[in-house]
Amino acid sequence: MIGKLTLRLKILVFFLYIFLLAPILVVLPLSFSNDTFMVFPPESWGVRWYVAMFEHEGLTRAFRLSLWLAAVVTVLSLLLGVPAAFAISRFQFRGRDLLLNTFTAPLLLPSIVLGLAILLVFVQARLLGSYSGLILAHLVVTTPYVIRIMVTAFGTMPPSVEEAATMLGASPFTVFRRITMPLMMPGLIASAALSFLMSFDEVIISLFVTGPQVRTLPVEIFDYVESRTDPMAAAISVALIVATLAIILILERTLGFSKAMGK
Amino acid sequence: MTMSLSRAAQRRLLLWALLLPMAVVNFVTFILPMLRLGMISFIEARPGGVLTDVFTFGNYIDFFRDPFSYKLIWNSLRMSLIVTLGTLVAAYPIALFLYRVNPVWRNILFVITISPLLVSAVVRTYGWMVLLGNKGLINGLLMSAGLIDGPIRLMNNELGVYIGLIEIMIPYMALALIAGFGRLDPVYEEAAAMLGANAFTRFYRIIVPLTMPGILLGCLLVFVLSVSSFITPKLLGGGRVFLLATEVYDQAIVRLEWTQAASTSVIVLLIFGLAMMLYTRIARRYE
Repeated sequence: MIGKLTLRLKILVFFLYIFLLAPILVVLPLSFSNDTFMVFPPESWGVRWYVAMFEHEGLTRAFRLSLWLAAVVTVLSLLLGVPAAFAISRFQFRGRDLLLNTFTAPLLLPSIVLGLAILLVFVQARLLGSYSGLILAHLVVTTPYVIRIMVTAFGTMPPSVEEAATMLGASPFTVFRRITMPLMMPGLIASAALSFLMSFDEVIISLFVTGPQVRTLPVEIFDYVESRTDPMAAAISVALIVATLAIILILERTLGFSKAMGK
Repeated sequence: MTMSLSRAAQRRLLLWALLLPMAVVNFVTFILPMLRLGMISFIEARPGGVLTDVFTFGNYIDFFRDPFSYKLIWNSLRMSLIVTLGTLVAAYPIALFLYRVNPVWRNILFVITISPLLVSAVVRTYGWMVLLGNKGLINGLLMSAGLIDGPIRLMNNELGVYIGLIEIMIPYMALALIAGFGRLDPVYEEAAAMLGANAFTRFYRIIVPLTMPGILLGCLLVFVLSVSSFITPKLLGGGRVFLLATEVYDQAIVRLEWTQAASTSVIVLLIFGLAMMLYTRIARRYE
């Protein structure tokens, strides 16, 4: 009996999982409602709200913007974060820990405070409601993760392998291409996937820096859910959940996502 | 004359090239904004929100003179504490189960436990609106079962915010707890059982103390996330739940009172700092 699973624990955990997954599962049946208002269970069924979702101009525009933004932010996060993480884990210099802490500090701060702080600077720099402003604001959220992951990745990668290759006559470029690059690939994939998802989902900081013309998908959904009670939000939710699942499945199949996440 | 750089100088140049882009972006989007936030919290604003360059403690004095501010602090602290405890109670059995179940199930259930993190908080909160609304799933089930005549109010009040936030925080808490379960060895429990401890005593005297570092880390994480949570209180609170985080947003975006929003933010940061300090003091005892 010691350290074993009792029936009571199993039943309890079963209900806890239902509680945990309920809000994600409940939107699926509702998204196929044809009612004008949110009623559960729906009185009529159909795909009316999926059609409405694709015809909603604000939403489709916001979706395209979010997709584009997440891609740009991901590329920039890697370009900025990976070299910085490499320098922090491979070079000895004064203020190294301080620099690492400064780079990853935005992770610990409440988004609402960070969002306001960025708003106060952007309003002066006329960056509010601009694409470059949104990109910069999202980099605050994504680069700490990239640096954390890559510092760990470089730290667990023994420099002796690279040294051995160099001693055997490989040029610095060959060493990078044949040794360093393959070894840091799982970390790169994890960083890219996390950056993309974080940027695509970011809502609080975006609320502070978006303008009437430049609105991301989560901001658009937030406003929609706050003001309307029809089942279209359920259709959007299902579409988002399916899209996230698809991204993860593709990554898992092609690159081994769970390996990349260090699991 | 050769102008080749020494190896040390080359290394230095490379180091700068690697770090500078990130440092510039970090400065522009993090350090500068935080400095400006602190500065603006001490600046006087003319009516209409126009910033002057007059130094003042007025924003803080106004904050602490307004009885509503104490209500905001009290509401935020109370809600965050209740959510933290609720999340701990809900996530602990999950973590214990994951620790004891066989590896195959453990991997599957671990992915299921953290997968909600990949679903946007807006979507999960909307899911709770569907469940808890007057015409939602729970009220629908209760009414068709004849248990209630009319819908009971499950959201647009604090109860809704508690339910939604606890569910949203479970994955974070579970992750922290699982990380701290490494020290738990069945040998200790067996020893305690042989010495005559019953299941209840074993849980409180062996399992809980051994997993305390994970419990504390999870509580800190969830408390900090709850104090700054904004989406869920806004949507499930229905404009009836007033917290520091929602006040910062209303001041900054709705009323354009940037100086007050800045001083309220500094108060939020102070609460953060206090929570961290309390955590490090307690955590030191369990090292």
